[in-house]
Formats: sequence, structure tokens, C-alpha cells
Amino acid sequence: MVNGINLALQFLDSFAFIVLAAAGLAIIFGIMGVINLAHGEFILIGAYTATLAVTQLDLPLVVAMLVGGLITGLFGVLTERVIISGAWPNYVSQRTLGRDIIEPLYDRLADSMVATFGLSLILTQGARIRFGNSINQIATPFGAISYGSFSYSTYRIVLAGVSIGLLLATYYLFTRTDFGMRARATIQDKETAQAMGVNTDRMYMLTFGIGSALAGLTGALFAPVISMQPTLGDQFLVEAFVAVVVGGPSVVLGTALSGGVLGAILATFSNLYGTFIGRIALLVAALIALRFLPEGITGFLEQVRKRRQESE
Amino acid sequence: MSTNSANGEADRSLPSRLRSRFEGPNTIGESRGFWVGFAVAVAALAVYPAFGDGSQLSLFMVLALLGLSLSVVWGYSGVLSFGQVVFFGIGAYTFGVVSINFATPGGITAAVVAGIVGGGLSAAILGYFMFYGGVRDVYVTIITLVSTIVMHTFMAQTAGSEWAIGEAALGGFNGMPDIPLLTLGVEGVSYQFIYNPFPMRIIGIGAFEISPFYYLVLVLLVGTYLGLRALVNSDYGRVMVAVREDEDRTEMFGYNVTRVKFVVFTLGGALAGLSGVLYAARNVYIDPTVFSLLFATLPVIWVSIGGRKSLLGAVVATLAIEYLRISMAGELALVLLGTLLLVTILVLPSGFVPWLHEQAIETRLGPGEAGEADAPDAPSEVSD
Repeated sequence: MVNGINLALQFLDSFAFIVLAAAGLAIIFGIMGVINLAHGEFILIGAYTATLAVTQLDLPLVVAMLVGGLITGLFGVLTERVIISGAWPNYVSQRTLGRDIIEPLYDRLADSMVATFGLSLILTQGARIRFGNSINQIATPFGAISYGSFSYSTYRIVLAGVSIGLLLATYYLFTRTDFGMRARATIQDKETAQAMGVNTDRMYMLTFGIGSALAGLTGALFAPVISMQPTLGDQFLVEAFVAVVVGGPSVVLGTALSGGVLGAILATFSNLYGTFIGRIALLVAALIALRFLPEGITGFLEQVRKRRQESE
Repeated sequence: MSTNSANGEADRSLPSRLRSRFEGPNTIGESRGFWVGFAVAVAALAVYPAFGDGSQLSLFMVLALLGLSLSVVWGYSGVLSFGQVVFFGIGAYTFGVVSINFATPGGITAAVVAGIVGGGLSAAILGYFMFYGGVRDVYVTIITLVSTIVMHTFMAQTAGSEWAIGEAALGGFNGMPDIPLLTLGVEGVSYQFIYNPFPMRIIGIGAFEISPFYYLVLVLLVGTYLGLRALVNSDYGRVMVAVREDEDRTEMFGYNVTRVKFVVFTLGGALAGLSGVLYAARNVYIDPTVFSLLFATLPVIWVSIGGRKSLLGAVVATLAIEYLRISMAGELALVLLGTLLLVTILVLPSGFVPWLHEQAIETRLGPGEAGEADAPDAPSEVSD
């Protein structure tokens, strides 16, 4: 039976899942032109850190989750310095060989995918070697709410709230602050931004760090509700990539809109025909969206806006 | 590098005329030395079963066909596809389904064809939607990646008895066992390639058995390699490379870029399908792990480590990496593989084989002279 409240709750759930899964990826892709195939493993780091912080160090859950995001963010900065920009290896090679050995991976989409996939292999297998095939999970907090004969986990509703909050915070950060302005200037025109005194190198590093921290936070937030195994990141990948593709060039707005559209599709089809058909529907929706909106939703909106300006 | 075509056409002997079909700026290896080395390598592969584990090497050679399919699609036409395993898997499953239902020599031969067509057709459908739908660059990559994951989810849930095509149950995670032994021909005139070793005795080595399947795969691999060399050095191959280098400019020259990408993608799908057919035939078994994310990225690893713009690189790297992967079956294998991948793409973005080739030319010609011969990845970006 399709129940109205059920469907609404499932929509919120799907929306939160898609938005959280995609946020970190979208920022790194949209701003740096780097496809991070290790995105799932960044989520893994956040989830494991939060879980271990609770089970081993007895930290309160909220603190543990923030720690998860922070650690992943720092790991992201490290990744950016060593692999993506190659700044640290190049610093060493300048001293020893007298030349750079690594060319930055910015806007080299295919290469960045291959490189980060290598990283992802190392991280997944590293986690398996260090922690085994699974680690103890933390209990889902808050219990459940019930209505009629149904009950629903309160935590999942909280997640929806958190995802909206994160979107708003990211939006604020990138549109209303000085940092956001510099970051956007770097995307639009790196050379001019440099000429105007923006340290673009640092912008890339911070942006990658923020994207990674969001991925880590996603992992930490979902840690109580998914099984803790080294491949846990994989289950976020489909939704994350589809949302980024459908969202288009405007990072935050795109993620929010595609989260809304795809969340509705995912919730409806999963509710009616099961999770698998839901995923297939998601892919088909993405294919159709790309067929008619090759620039994604926000690219389409931008076109409409331009056309309206011209006609006035 | 020699440019044979520039020399007088008349006085060229048959071998050099034959060779010129396979030579051009898009492949490495044009010297007589290269072809001698190539012949020696093929001969070495041909006698290898007398000394080592031919059955394992036949698997690697099957996978090398998959690597070649990605090399053509990605390395020569610039379409990075994580979906080669989709066509590989569809080819394998099609072969399994058809051959289980028609387990006669004629039926199994038809199943091989069906598998190749299945791979090509699925690539054509996906490619049609993507390329004619205006999907470009990295979005193609993402869609192929997502279709791999979707195929994995789909095949994994086909355990129930309702998921059967004729006699063949798809079997979910358990996969499809009992695939008939690969037999080519028609009733009466047929030959079984799997589990049909013929004994050999060579003085000095002793008695051993060789598998006809090994030689079937070797012939197919060498044939495919040479065929693709001829393709990428043909006029069509030049257009493919032009598409890779700059789509817009190629379009401006009047080429139908969309159709080139579509055709190459379909060809790559059919080749991956062939590889899948042989994979299922060799293992007499197929299961959904061929759609897993790790397996999907293996072709990308082989091709980028070997050198994506080099067919030879794809083959050599596939054989080498698969050998490494099998022989260090410990838990560190994946970590090492990941590190290798990371270091290669960062330090040698054009891959090992082109780098070795460059070193070889430099030692032969001496430094300085080799410069213009083939600078692999000269910054091709022109401000526009």
C-alpha cells in the first residue's frame, strides 16, 4: 500500500541521501575539475573515524561525527598536496632533481579519475587489512516515531534536516563570504584571479579540503545506519555521480535541485517496485536528463535566464 | 623513425609493402627490429605451454582483448569508458544463455557470434543514447561507470527461478555454471577447444599436453592486435585520433564526430563481447563479479599503465599486471596495484610502453635527435 506519509518520509530520506552523497563530490568536481573516484573512500574514512571515536574513545556521538568530518578534511588536504597538485613531491624533486615530477591534475578529468581510483584501491584494501571485513557499529540514536501501524526512524528525519542545513551553510560559504568569492573567482578565471592577488593554489587546497570534509561528514552521519565494511563507500557512488551529472555546473543549487528531483523519483519507484527498480529509474532519469539537458538542470536554468534577458 | 612511404614506391619489396599497412604515426614500432622482436614474442607465446602454465596465460590473453577494446575506445578516440566490462559481461552471459539452450556444435558456434553481437549491440544502444544525445567528455565516463554499477545490482538479484531464459538460469551471485564446452563448427564437422588437450612429445623437453583453446586465443589476440594496428593507421584511424585531440576542430573539417565515436564505441563493445565470450568459455562459468567496480576499473588500469595511446602497451600491461595480481594473491596485492597506478599516472602519464620506446629511440639515435620523433604529450592546448 502506498501511504502518503510513508512516501513523504521516503522522499525526505532519499533527498538527504542524495544531497549528502553528492555534496563533497560536486564541490570538488565543479570547482576544481577533478573527478574524485576515491569519494566513496573519503566517506569511508569519515564513517570509520566517527564509529571508532565512539566505540574506542567514548566520545559523544555529535563530537565523533565532527571529528570524522575534520579528519577526512585533513586527509583531503593531504591528498590534494601530494597527489592532485603534486606540490609536496614537486617541492622535494625541485630540491633533489631540480625539476617538477608531477603535473597538477586540475582539469585533467580522465587522469584525475585514474589517479584517485588508485587511491581508492589503496584505501579500501588498507581499511580491510587494518580493520578486517567489518567493525562494530554504533547504535542508531533517537529511536523511532510511530503513526498508525507504521514506525519510522527519527534519526533518518534528522538526517534530512541536517542535509538541508549543510546545503545552506555551503551556499552561504560560497556566495556570501570573502573565501567563497575568491574560490569562485578561481573557478571562473584562474589567471585573472591570480593577477588580482588571489592565492589560487591555496584556494584549490581549501576547496578540496572542504569537499573532503563534507564527504567525511556524510560518512559519519550515515555511520549508525549502514553496515561498517571497507566497501561501504560504493553504495553512495551511483547517487552521487548521477546527482552531479544532473545538477550541472552550479554546485550548490544543482545538488539541491537534483536531490529534489532524483529524490522524488527514487522514493516513488522504490516505494512502488522496490529498491532495485528505484536505482534503475534513477539511471534512466539521468540518461533522459542528459539527453535533453546536457548542461544539467542549472545549465538549463541559466540558458532560460539568458534568453529572457535577451528578449527584454 | 623511418617514413617508408616517403621513399620510392617502386623498389619496395613485398614485406615492406605489407608492413606499411600496419605502420604509421599512431602506433609505435616501425623498425625491422621491432617486427623481428614481435615475431620472437609471438613465437615465445606459442611455445610457452611447453614450459609454463598455458591455461593461466590463456586467461590473461583473453583479458588482453578486453584491454585492447578500451585502448581503441579511450586511447585512440578519447572516450574514457568504465563500461567495457558491461559489454564483456553481456557477451559472456549471452554466450552462456544461447549455448546452454542450444548445446550442439552449431548452437555453440552461434552462441559465440551472439555474444559478440550482444556486446556490440549493447554498446551501440548505450553509445547511441550518449553520443547522439550530446553527452560529452567526462559525462560519458560517469554514465558508463553508473551502468556498470547498475548491471552489477541487476545481475546480483537474478537468483530466483523467474530469472531464467529458456533452460539457462541466470543464478544471481551464484552465477551461471555448466556452460557447454566451446566447440566450433557444425554437426559432423566440429572441433572442441576446451578440455581437449592433445599430447605432445618433444625430445629434450619431454611429454606435455597443449590446449587448443590456448592457440585459438593466441591467434585471435595477434589477429586483433594487427587488425587494430591497421585500423588506427588507416584514414579512419587518423580521424579517430583527430577526434581525440580536438572534437570541435575535427567537426569543423567536416567529419561527423558523433558517428566516429558511435562506430568506435560499438566496435569496442563487440571486441569486449568477444573477450567476454572467451572468458566464459574458458572458465565454463560466469558470475556477476565481472560487473563489479574493481573488475570494471581493471581495464582502465591496464591501459593507463601500459600507455593508453599504444595498443602494444595495453596487451603487455594486461599480461604483466594480471600475472602480478595472480602471483601476489595476498592482501597487499590491491594496495600495490593501486600504488602502481597512482605513481604511473602521476609520473608517466603517457604510460610505460611509450616511455620505454622513447628510451629505446634515444639510446639508438643518441639524445637530441630523438626529440621530434614522437614527443608523447606535447601540450596541445591552444588558447581559443
